[in-house]
Amino acid sequence: MPNDNEIIDNIANKEYEFGFVTDIEMDTAPVGLDESTIRYISEKKNEPEWLLNWRLKGFQAFQREKLPEWQNFPMPSIDFQKISYYAAPKSKKKYDSLDQVDPELLATFEKLGIPLSEQKTLAGVAVDVVFDSISVKTTYKEKLAELGIIFCSFGEAVQEHPELVQKYLGSVVPYSDNIFAALNAAVFSDGSFVYIPKGVRCPMELSTYFRINTENTGQFERTLIIADEGSYVSYLEGCTAPMRDENQLHAAVVELIALGNAEIKYSTVQNWYPGDKEGKGGIYNFVTKRGICKGDHGKISWTQVETGSSITWKYPSVILQGDHSTGEFYSVAVTRNRQIADTGTKMHHIGRNTRSRIISKGISAGHGNNSYRGLVQIGPKADEARNFTQCDSLLIGDQCGAHTFPYIESKNNSATVEHEATTSKIGEDQIFYLNQRGIDSEKAVALIINGYAREVLNQLPMEFAVEAQKLLSITLEGSVG
Amino acid sequence: MLIIKNLHAEVEEKEILKGIDLSVNAGEVHAIMGPNGSGKSSLASVLAGRKNFHVTRGEVIFKGKNLLDSAPEDRAREGLFLAFQYPMEIPGVSNINFLKTAIAEIRAHRNLPPLEAKEFLRMSREKQKLVEFDAQLVNRSLNEGFSGGEKKRNEIFQLAMLEPELAILDETDSGLDIDALRIVSKGVNKLRSDKNAFIIITHYQRLLEYIVPDYVHVLYDGRIVKSGTKELAMELEEKGYDWLKEEARGKETRERATI
Repeated sequence: MPNDNEIIDNIANKEYEFGFVTDIEMDTAPVGLDESTIRYISEKKNEPEWLLNWRLKGFQAFQREKLPEWQNFPMPSIDFQKISYYAAPKSKKKYDSLDQVDPELLATFEKLGIPLSEQKTLAGVAVDVVFDSISVKTTYKEKLAELGIIFCSFGEAVQEHPELVQKYLGSVVPYSDNIFAALNAAVFSDGSFVYIPKGVRCPMELSTYFRINTENTGQFERTLIIADEGSYVSYLEGCTAPMRDENQLHAAVVELIALGNAEIKYSTVQNWYPGDKEGKGGIYNFVTKRGICKGDHGKISWTQVETGSSITWKYPSVILQGDHSTGEFYSVAVTRNRQIADTGTKMHHIGRNTRSRIISKGISAGHGNNSYRGLVQIGPKADEARNFTQCDSLLIGDQCGAHTFPYIESKNNSATVEHEATTSKIGEDQIFYLNQRGIDSEKAVALIINGYAREVLNQLPMEFAVEAQKLLSITLEGSVG
Repeated sequence: MLIIKNLHAEVEEKEILKGIDLSVNAGEVHAIMGPNGSGKSSLASVLAGRKNFHVTRGEVIFKGKNLLDSAPEDRAREGLFLAFQYPMEIPGVSNINFLKTAIAEIRAHRNLPPLEAKEFLRMSREKQKLVEFDAQLVNRSLNEGFSGGEKKRNEIFQLAMLEPELAILDETDSGLDIDALRIVSKGVNKLRSDKNAFIIITHYQRLLEYIVPDYVHVLYDGRIVKSGTKELAMELEEKGYDWLKEEARGKETRERATI
C-alpha cells in the first residue's frame, strides 16, 4: 500500500499532459526589443496612429521601470532582448470559415479539448482562441451580435470599434502601471474584447483559450471587458503551453470596467507548463488584472484556479469606486515540484458602502512555495465599507512552503475588516479514514483537496467547475485520483 | 468469517498484541472488553490496516483469504468496516458524496455496476430512517462541526449504507449519552443478521445491555485472558477487571516458573 512519501513522490512525478508542440509555419518577429519591434507589430496589425503612440509610451515606461523586488521569491533574470514579441501562424490573416484554418491548428485545439466548430463546442459557451500572438477563431460571434454584444479579438476591435477601445484602453491598468504592464502595452499582440450593451444579460459564457506554441516567444495578450449599465457577463480564460527547457514569459493585462448596476464575473483556469521536477523550464506568468466598478451597485468577481506556470505573479484587483459596489476574489493556487506562486488581490474601497470578499486557498506540495499577498484599502470616503478575508493554506508533505502577507490600510473608522487564516496538513488519519471506507489514497486526497477548494470551485461556471476539479486532481495526481 | 491466530503486533517497536486467537462466524456478535491500554483499539487498528501497526507474528484469515496482505481500502471493499472511536472531519466533502464514492469503489471491486442515483437516494433515505440519522447531517460536510454523538451516529449510518460483513465498533459507546446510546444500539440491532458479524469493543458493560453479545472476551496486556458468554460481562461489571489482572499475572508467573 502506498505511504505518504510515495503519494508525495507521485505528485512530483506526474507529467504535464499538454506539453506537445504544433508544427506549423509561423510568421515571427525578429528576436529583440526596440522601437522598431513595436512599429513592426503595430504595422502587422494595421493599427491607427493613436494606438502606435500609446504603445510607444508604454515602451518608454518599460525602459524606466525596474523589476519588482517586494515579492516572496528571487526575481529571475529575464533577458528581454532574447524574446520574440510576435508570432502568428502564416497563411490567411483572417478566417471567414473554419475550412480556412490550418488543419494542424484545428487538430491542436481538438487535442486540448477546445473544438473550434460551433457544433462541437460546449453548449452555451462562446470561445475566442488565441494561438501565440493572434486570435484564431471566435465562435458564436453572429449570435451574440444580435443582442448588440461585441465579442471578438482585440485586433478586430481596434479596427471595428476604435472609439470603445480608445475610450477604455489603459483606463484601469495604465501603460505605466508596472514593468510587465508597460511591456504588455508596448508589444501586446492580441487578446479578447468584450462589450455588453446596457441592460443586456449575456446569454452564454464567453471564453478565451490561450496557447503558447512557438519557441522563444512571449505571450502578451490584452483583454478588455466593458459591461455597460445594468448588464451582466461571465467570462472564462484557459491556457496551456508546450513543455520546453527554456522559461517563457507570459505578461498579460486584463482590464474590466463595470458601469452602474453591471456585473462581471471573470474566471481563470491557468494551466501553463509548470516546468519539470527540478524546476527547469516553465512559464513565467506575470500578469496584471484589475477591474473597476465605476458606477453604483456594480460588481466584479474574480475566480482563479492556478495550477500551472513555474512562477505565478498576479493580483487580480478591484477598484470599488461606485457606491454600494462589490468586489470578490476567489482563488485556488497549487504549487508542486519547484513551482512558485505569489498571488492574491487588492480591494480598493473608494465609494460608500462598498463590500469585498476574499477567499484564498493555497495548496503546496513537493518543493512548491505558495504566498498569498493581499491589500484591503479603505479610503476616507468609503463609509461603512466592509471586507471579509479568508486565507487558508494546505500543505502536502514537509518540503513545501505557505506564506501569507495580508495588508490592511483603513482611513475610515466606520469600516469593518475581517481576516481569518488557517494552515492545515492533509493528515494520515484523514486518508486512513477514507481508506477504511474503500477509497484508495489517491482518490482520498482528491476528495480532501476538492473539498478544501470547494468554496472557490463553486464560483466557477458549471461547465468549467467539473474541468477545474479534474485539473486539480490531475495536477496533484498521485495523491489525487 | 474471521480467524485470528496467534496475532502479535507492535507500534514503534513496543509490543501491543501478544498472541491473540479469535474466531468469528457469520451471525455472531463478539464483545471485546478490557481495561484501558489492554490493546482493544490496537486490535481494531491492526485488523483495519492502520499504518504504524506492524504485525510481527501470526495470521488473520478473513473470508478464507489472508487479510494482512491487503491494503486498508481492499479490506474495506472485501467487507470489513471499522466504526472509529474518533471519526475524522473532512471539510468541504459532503457526507452523501463521500458515501457515493465509497459505495462506487466497493461495488467496482466486486464487479458490480455503480448504483443508479435514484436507487442510491432510496437506499440513503431508508437507512437514515433505520438508524434514526438526521437528514440534515447527511448533506453537511463529513463530520465537520458534528458533536461527538453525531459523529458516532454517522459511523452507524455509514455502516448501514456500506453493508459490511464484518463490522468492528471501536468504543462507539464512549462519549454517548443514554439517548444516543439507545439509538446507536437500536441501529446496530436492526443491522444484525445471520450473514454479518460484529466485534464490539467497549470499556463498559452498559452497551452490552442494549446489544446483547453471543461471546464476551476480555483483553488484558495484549492477550485474551478470558472468554465467555454475556454473563461474563455482568461479572466484570460487578467485580471490575482487577481479579482478571491478578489471574493473568498469576498465570504468567506460573508459565515463567515452568520455563
